[in-house]
Amino acid sequence: MDGTPSVTWHGIVAATLRQNDVRLVTYVPDRVLTPLIAAVEADPFFTAFPTTREEEAVGIVTGAWMGGMRGIVLMQTSGFATLPNALASLACACQIPLVMMVSERGTLGEFNLGQAMVCRTMRPVLDALGIEHHTITRLDETEFIVDRTIRQAVATQAPACLILSPLLTGGKRFPA
Amino acid sequence: MSPAMDALHNAQVMNRAALTRRLVAKLTDQAVIGGIGNTNFDLWAAGRRPENFYMLGSMGLAVPIALGVAIAQPKRTVIALEGDGSLLMQLGCLSTVAARGPRNLVIVVWDNGIYQITGGQRTPAAAARTDLVAIARASGIAESHWAADEAEFEALAERALGAPGPWFIAARIDDKPAVTQTERDPVRIRDAFMRGIGSRG
Repeated sequence: MDGTPSVTWHGIVAATLRQNDVRLVTYVPDRVLTPLIAAVEADPFFTAFPTTREEEAVGIVTGAWMGGMRGIVLMQTSGFATLPNALASLACACQIPLVMMVSERGTLGEFNLGQAMVCRTMRPVLDALGIEHHTITRLDETEFIVDRTIRQAVATQAPACLILSPLLTGGKRFPA
Repeated sequence: MSPAMDALHNAQVMNRAALTRRLVAKLTDQAVIGGIGNTNFDLWAAGRRPENFYMLGSMGLAVPIALGVAIAQPKRTVIALEGDGSLLMQLGCLSTVAARGPRNLVIVVWDNGIYQITGGQRTPAAAARTDLVAIARASGIAESHWAADEAEFEALAERALGAPGPWFIAARIDDKPAVTQTERDPVRIRDAFMRGIGSRG
């Protein structure tokens, strides 16, 4: 889907973040997320930068929200798997509207067994912590899901996770 | 031996509760993020302030949380109080801080070389004589200093509160436990902090 002319998933996500005044984007890089990262880094509306670990990105967005600035954490499936302690003892315990966006690897054509295994932990962890999550598979549903999820997270002071399916993004292809 | 290592070995062993009181006595509207365990217990004991956030988990995230507050409120100085064991869990955050270069961030690390709250086990860094100030400086935080004694800690704190950072100040401390414990009500703590720093009315 990258490079299609007018409407792309990453274009919709960036616009929807902006509409909801989500200005801070912290991330640990991922191939599929690259066009979204490039878009927010090129736009002065956003403060966007990488961290060395996903927990760190969660801490920064949590601090920023407490300071009055909305943010989102971008990561890959394997990075999400490093987070349960920070989610449970910070975001859930303190009722922080921490919005996460995970590029889903490990399914629909995964070539790395490690990614396939760690992917299986993601939704059970989210369910165990009672964190609202939605998997985005269609371009025409992207804005609605992202917009409503951010609004609900803020209104209910609860963390939320948006999972970008390979059905939406194309995922990461088998190496040639 | 590097000058920083000399500074580590020459630094006097001080007391965390006493240094925390000295720091808090200098504060006006600064936000303080207290890392888990004895670090925030002693912050609590030094006197409740609405601008304090007391962590009750997420070991290692005092500096990232403080960085987030500092980004959201660039006119307010934000202080991260962290233990050596906690910092060791998240050393990469020092590079992130250096890359962002927040002028309003002060990191204070209490280094007793042990995981005090879990039974006083020695950290790998203590066994290896790792110098946390040298790590901070090598990460790109130019204003990284050991406090040799109480007077120097006070002088460094005054400089950090008045001059652009980021700052990294470390103090060697003893193994005395905290005198009290923080009330464990995370939602109340978070809400009070947000009201204290004006992001919630």
